[in-house]
Amino acid sequence: MTEISLVDPALVPEVAAGLEPRGYWQGVGERLLRDRVTLAVAAVLAVIILLAVFAPWVATHDPLQGSVLRRLKPVGTPGYFLGTDETGRDIWSRLVYGARLSLICGITPVLFATMIGGALGLIAGISGRFVNMAVMRVVDVFYAFPSVLLAIAICGVIGAGIGNTILSLSVVFTPPIVRITESLTTQVKNRDFVEAARASAAPLLSIIRHQIVPNVLGGMLVYATSLVSISIILSAGLSFLGLGVTPPNPEWGLMLNALRQAIFVNPIVAALPGVAIVITSLCFNLLSDGLRSAMDIKLPA
Amino acid sequence: MSTTDFLAAAPAAANDRGGAKQPLLIVRELKKYFSAKTRFLSLRADQVQAVDGVSFSIAKGSTLGVVGESGCGKSTTARLLLHLIEPDAGEIIFDGEAVGASDGISVRDLRLAAQMVFQDSYSSLNPRATIGDIIAFGPRAAKGVASRVATQRAENLLEQVGLRASLFARRYPHELSGGQRQRVNIARALALEPRLLILDEAVSALDKSVEAQILNLLSDLRDDLGLTYLFISHDLNVVRHVSDRVVVMYLGRIVEAGDVGEIFRRPLHPYTQALLRAMPSMDPDHRTSEPPLTGDPPNPINPPSGCRFRTRCVFAEAVCARVSPVLAAAKSAIGGSEDGNDPLRPSRFSSGGDRADREHQVACHMMVTGSGHSRAGAGAFGHD
Amino acid sequence: MIEPPAVKVDNLRVRFRQRERLIHAVNDVSFTLAGGEVLGILGESGSGKSVTLRALMRLLPANCEIDGTIAVAGDEIMTASESRLEEMRGGRIAMIFQEPVTALDPVFTIGQQIAETIRRHEGIDRRTAKRRTLELLERVQIPSARRRFDAYPHELSGGMRQRAMIALALSCNPRVLLADEPTTALDVTVQIQILLLLRELQRELGMAVIFVTHDVGVAAEISDRLAVMYAGRFVETGSAAQVLKKRAHPYTEGLLAANLHGVAPGTRLKTISGAPPNLAALPPGCAFAPRCPDAMPICGTMPPSVDCGGGHIACCFRTRDRLTEVRDSTTPAVSLLPTTVP
Repeated sequence: MTEISLVDPALVPEVAAGLEPRGYWQGVGERLLRDRVTLAVAAVLAVIILLAVFAPWVATHDPLQGSVLRRLKPVGTPGYFLGTDETGRDIWSRLVYGARLSLICGITPVLFATMIGGALGLIAGISGRFVNMAVMRVVDVFYAFPSVLLAIAICGVIGAGIGNTILSLSVVFTPPIVRITESLTTQVKNRDFVEAARASAAPLLSIIRHQIVPNVLGGMLVYATSLVSISIILSAGLSFLGLGVTPPNPEWGLMLNALRQAIFVNPIVAALPGVAIVITSLCFNLLSDGLRSAMDIKLPA
Repeated sequence: MSTTDFLAAAPAAANDRGGAKQPLLIVRELKKYFSAKTRFLSLRADQVQAVDGVSFSIAKGSTLGVVGESGCGKSTTARLLLHLIEPDAGEIIFDGEAVGASDGISVRDLRLAAQMVFQDSYSSLNPRATIGDIIAFGPRAAKGVASRVATQRAENLLEQVGLRASLFARRYPHELSGGQRQRVNIARALALEPRLLILDEAVSALDKSVEAQILNLLSDLRDDLGLTYLFISHDLNVVRHVSDRVVVMYLGRIVEAGDVGEIFRRPLHPYTQALLRAMPSMDPDHRTSEPPLTGDPPNPINPPSGCRFRTRCVFAEAVCARVSPVLAAAKSAIGGSEDGNDPLRPSRFSSGGDRADREHQVACHMMVTGSGHSRAGAGAFGHD
Repeated sequence: MIEPPAVKVDNLRVRFRQRERLIHAVNDVSFTLAGGEVLGILGESGSGKSVTLRALMRLLPANCEIDGTIAVAGDEIMTASESRLEEMRGGRIAMIFQEPVTALDPVFTIGQQIAETIRRHEGIDRRTAKRRTLELLERVQIPSARRRFDAYPHELSGGMRQRAMIALALSCNPRVLLADEPTTALDVTVQIQILLLLRELQRELGMAVIFVTHDVGVAAEISDRLAVMYAGRFVETGSAAQVLKKRAHPYTEGLLAANLHGVAPGTRLKTISGAPPNLAALPPGCAFAPRCPDAMPICGTMPPSVDCGGGHIACCFRTRDRLTEVRDSTTPAVSLLPTTVP
């Protein structure tokens, strides 16, 4: 749509009335608060996180304690309101404890990847042609592998377990973050205000810290949030395949795998962990979308 | 003017090393070539000769205007002067000291003494920083000035450029208008107390009424702070108003240089003449009837041989394709004196300076007797 | 039957809703444009000139409120259906922009785009469309039209792209051409070529043109009639010569005084004090009053449209007073035109 030149933003009443200056992040916050979908999604996520944190109090039973007598009870069984799994453990309690593991496996690798990948991307973006090429071509090699296969391959080599899952996923997520950080850095680097900073004989680190990083952070945050949603699915998938978290830990992917055979006996109970994965992943995805809309507004030129 | 001015009244005088007669900036044969992408299997890369042998000088306290259309290399020249882009050849001499030479001035010191004011655009100010921080960044980061002192200096600068510090120091760029942002750009450039200010299309994006305010501000600042300006613009009216001397660029070369009165009243180079005639007439009863120049500015990749203007010049002849004209002093035009002194606009500068600084120079075969052009030596050419 | 005017606008108002604020972009604009006439709209950013233009083609976003009537060659725009509007855009009324990139599709050659537009509007066959396109390209002075037919927009220089956009706009012989600062981004030597081209084409085709600009020189070169716009209103209208030379309204006077042409170099420039108006909170009465050197208390009410003679109109109390003085103090045989604001 064509841009229309509207009122000069300087004559915004805020300046005239001496109202508080509104920085970029405050603007983002305000737009987020007006976005009902994102607010709803954020509320759901908050609930999930709270359940995970307060698992010991919210769970009704010991997630590891099973009983053959109580196998595969359906939803609504008194005392086990979401039913039981194939070894008689309470689904609700396992889901709630499982949330911890899933969230950890979802967020931590992205955190690591952002720190390492972000640094690499920054360096690649700032440096001259050769360093940039060296970093980006290595990243391209990793990119050639589909993320699922790469995760499986790494876990297959180093073994299962939650630590290895996190490590493997961190490796999988680093290249995309390097790529997007490098791209953002290159764009920001060419803008006039960075040139002005260079022209002021300021040391490079200062320029990176004050001019480049604050302008790259937003984009990275959006991307990282969307990666979390993928990470949750991937970690569940790894556990499903037996390459991630090991039994008897309550992890949603693991639960899905274990309940696979029960799908004809008690389909709803068998699907519950899948529902949990979908909801959590979708929430992060929508959150990321909401953040992107809130941050993407073009500021008046 | 603020009485709590932290800046010395004329810091330029305090740092003067070369003396009043030494031009603040001398540029000799500056060159910058960019290679465009090589076509696969081609032996020679396409070259963009962005700046091809540019030489000029700027006297202390004066304003040099640089005019030219897109692709002429004026912005590249500005960036070469500050070493934001590395020159391929040529010398830059700042107040008598060669830049980059072991016994001269370092690039870092050059940047502390010469600053640039950019065109107002969305990206001329860091959108995530407050105005106060933007201005204070230079002193804090480059000169290690203590944070609170830097903030105070930033606020004084804001007052000096006409913005109330209490209202603006904590605001963000997107809350300001174009004119206000441009004032901030100027304040940021002044924060490091430079002696030379390069203004690259600094008023081009502003409304005319705001432009007038900013030009007045720049004029005041120049007088108050003893600054020297290099003013780049495509707008001839603005250049005429602010400059003492003018340089006209075309496709990476200077085609004409001289005192502003000379250039505007007696343009010698066909391109300069065309530029002046291309300005829209202000009188609806006497409109322009013929475009002075047809076609578009040619591609800076692989420019024409010899004189680069020949493809659009009405007077082009064979010699123009063979030999590149050299920028040289024009012999007396009818009614003008050799040193280009305009009696109607006496220069503000001592006449004892270097002749070359004051003379009217042209790069055109028609102005050089014996060049081989049929019109050479026939005297000054048609101007309006 | 009398031919309806090319454009007739009555009491146009456009408001945008931006969060809690209501921005009054266009406030009661009315004008009539005859066929073959060029109306220049001169104003700075925020004056509402671009919004007015887009309202004429109903190209405004959904969140704006439009009142008033617009008729192009007798056809009502405000009440027209979407399909009727599509027919009219291009066929009756066309627009050229400051940046050709907004009008030219980068994935098609310019020849394809123009030919397709012609075919869509007139339903002729491909060969005829191509022939017409080549004629058009030549008419807008694109050299080597046959070769340029197959060029993509990014392969052309700025001036060429602008000409291609003009060709696209003219492809279906519109009665009205809207031009939104089409020469602002061009070099000065190219700008004058485009302006002359537009004048020539306009004369040849008898089109009515509305040309929006912030550059006084451009307005002088292209306009037959000129309207000066401030805060969404026409504060002065008349022939180009009348407005530029007589300058009845203080804003026009200030705008021209801030212009550098003819000012002695090195002197201090006259500026208009203050800052542009806040379109979300316009003062009652004259919007220019806060900045006007001649403001009077009565300027707090809406100034009347004063006829300064010969169709030259200004919305200003000062102008009215000055006119009455002249009329009172001199014999009726003397010209009624006011003196310029000192």
